[in-house]
Amino acid sequence: MELLRIVTAGSVDDGKSTLIGRLLYETKSLKDDQLEHIVEKSKSKGIDYIDFSLATDGLLTEREQGITIDISNIFFKTNQRRFIIADAPGHVEYTRNMVTGASNADTAIILIDARKGVLEQTQRHYNITQLLGINHLIFVINKMDLIDYNHEKFKGIKEDILQLTQKNENTLHLLPVSALKGDNITIQSKNTPWYNGPALLELIENIDLVPSNQQENILQVQWVIRPQLKSHHDYRGFAGKVNSGCFRVGDEITVFPSGLNSKIKQIDRYGKAVTLLYEGENGTLILEDDIDLSRGSSIIGTTAEEETQPSKQINATICWMQNQPLNTQSKYFLQQGTQQLQTKVTTIEGSPASFKLNDIGNISLRLSEPILSTPFKQNKNIGRFILIDPQTNNTAAVGFIR
Amino acid sequence: MNILKQLEEEAIYIIREVAGQFNQPALLFSGGKDSIVLLHLCAKAFYPGKIPFPLLHIDTGHNFQETLNHRDYLVEKYNARLIIGLVQDSIDQGKVQEETGKFSSRNGLQTTTLLDTIEELKLDACIGGARRDEEKARAKERIFSVRDDFGQWNEKLQRPELFDILNGRIHTGENVRAFPISNWTELDVWEYIKQENLELPNIYFAHKREIYPREGQWMPRCEFHNIPEDVIQEKTVRFRTVGDMSCTAAVVSNASTVEEIIHEIKASAFSERGARMDDKRSEGAMEERKKVGYF
Repeated sequence: MELLRIVTAGSVDDGKSTLIGRLLYETKSLKDDQLEHIVEKSKSKGIDYIDFSLATDGLLTEREQGITIDISNIFFKTNQRRFIIADAPGHVEYTRNMVTGASNADTAIILIDARKGVLEQTQRHYNITQLLGINHLIFVINKMDLIDYNHEKFKGIKEDILQLTQKNENTLHLLPVSALKGDNITIQSKNTPWYNGPALLELIENIDLVPSNQQENILQVQWVIRPQLKSHHDYRGFAGKVNSGCFRVGDEITVFPSGLNSKIKQIDRYGKAVTLLYEGENGTLILEDDIDLSRGSSIIGTTAEEETQPSKQINATICWMQNQPLNTQSKYFLQQGTQQLQTKVTTIEGSPASFKLNDIGNISLRLSEPILSTPFKQNKNIGRFILIDPQTNNTAAVGFIR
Repeated sequence: MNILKQLEEEAIYIIREVAGQFNQPALLFSGGKDSIVLLHLCAKAFYPGKIPFPLLHIDTGHNFQETLNHRDYLVEKYNARLIIGLVQDSIDQGKVQEETGKFSSRNGLQTTTLLDTIEELKLDACIGGARRDEEKARAKERIFSVRDDFGQWNEKLQRPELFDILNGRIHTGENVRAFPISNWTELDVWEYIKQENLELPNIYFAHKREIYPREGQWMPRCEFHNIPEDVIQEKTVRFRTVGDMSCTAAVVSNASTVEEIIHEIKASAFSERGARMDDKRSEGAMEERKKVGYF
């Protein structure tokens, strides 16, 4: 069975949590005790319908205020697929939590309140999905019941979305929904006879998963296994996850950043020898030569050698995620996978002049050591990093190499 | 890649990140099914080397003897090192007071013992078996969850966590709780136990036991609560989740193999933590405990 990871985004009160709660309810993913609890809570709040948002808003402060502050990771499955939905908050000040949820998603659902149409927040969330390179976008026009399922108004919003995204109608999914009433969630609604497309569930069950086809063969070392046992006296294995491409026994490799060359003698997976290791798999590489290699170094298949340019100067697009603004005077830690080093921002291109919470823009960075500088557009798994503020230790920004 | 393999790869990657980024990590190990899965994943992550950190069990003194025996058996089998923190010690030192009342439990007290042990051993990371499908507050937690020097979880100030990049930088005195099986469901855990042929304490499987009804659940008879003889009955039950004897309910079941349990869970209309009285104390019982340092 396949796994689809979805992030939901939208403005405050667009009904994201209600949408997910409804999806859980209609796919019978809520257990009896959970449903009973929600029904009871709805009654005690004095409302005459079932408040499905109670299925996901988990924090006491969230329930108190009726808003989502941080991401909830919701699991459910149908006969076709398994889903992890990251229910992200709508408030501007919690945009960083939306970025967190979106970073591992293949698909984004952007909610729009049918009464309000496209908002600044819609634009912001759309920009983030583009920055992160999310493959599929679904625009859900929610609360259609409150505009009497009016087709003309829906068409107006659709026009605005097409203009916002500058995209062709065929590459976007747009659907009219009422999460509260259950229109077009798992079955096509009679209230929108003018809509011929699939209901939301059918759509996410059938969306294509885009397989990665990275050319570069890269494994970043996480941990060096040296058992120092009698039985494995000379064992020295470089354990890590294949970031991109694949590795075979016998492959010529180059170590980054030292530049030393060797050959793969053996590949272990948890004690079993294998001949081939694919992207996303963990493995332990044992090399022919006894060369110096530690955590954060990369083993690179020679086919990728020319394409992977080590560099101490990079250009990147960043999204700033902490309350304290970017300080060009201070140093930050840059973490790319398992490698961490010091960095300083040298230039900020155009606007914004400085970076405050949620700002997105282009910068140049000077690094204390070289990193693999493949652009994000070329290799999603390599061309991304975070900046850590050494004062707060907080993840201050996410960056994408250009 | 099938889902179970995807989840295993993700978990092992996280475990290696913990080992790589922290000086003094430990694996929280209770002898329950989730921590048994974690122990197995840790062993795989560093094979043929030894697990490069100790196991830590906070023993409330209210545990099932079967779980403790199995815990010790596994520690030996995996050639691991076990450190035990005793809640009784915290009580004897006057740091916490035993709850009184009819259904007293030591569940809340273990937080103090855990935090003291973390401080004493200077642990900077604890690997735990929490899963996001268990409970609403758990569904909010990051993979690397930073706790301040009081062990507190600040739910409004969680760090962004992007892609598979895990930021483990902390200030002295702070520590991180790391959750490698965050994205697993209860069923995944059982499917994995089956696939890897893992051994579990026998209380997970159907057995005869003296139980009594309490708030719509079947509680095991234990020495900590005074229950009138006339309400106690013997039934064939098993435990779906294993915490303290004083706060874990049994389910009536004939499932005596892993396959039968998987079948039972698939058909069950109730959630796993429905059997945890400690979660039922209030609406935000888990969140409130997490804020003060519960794992």
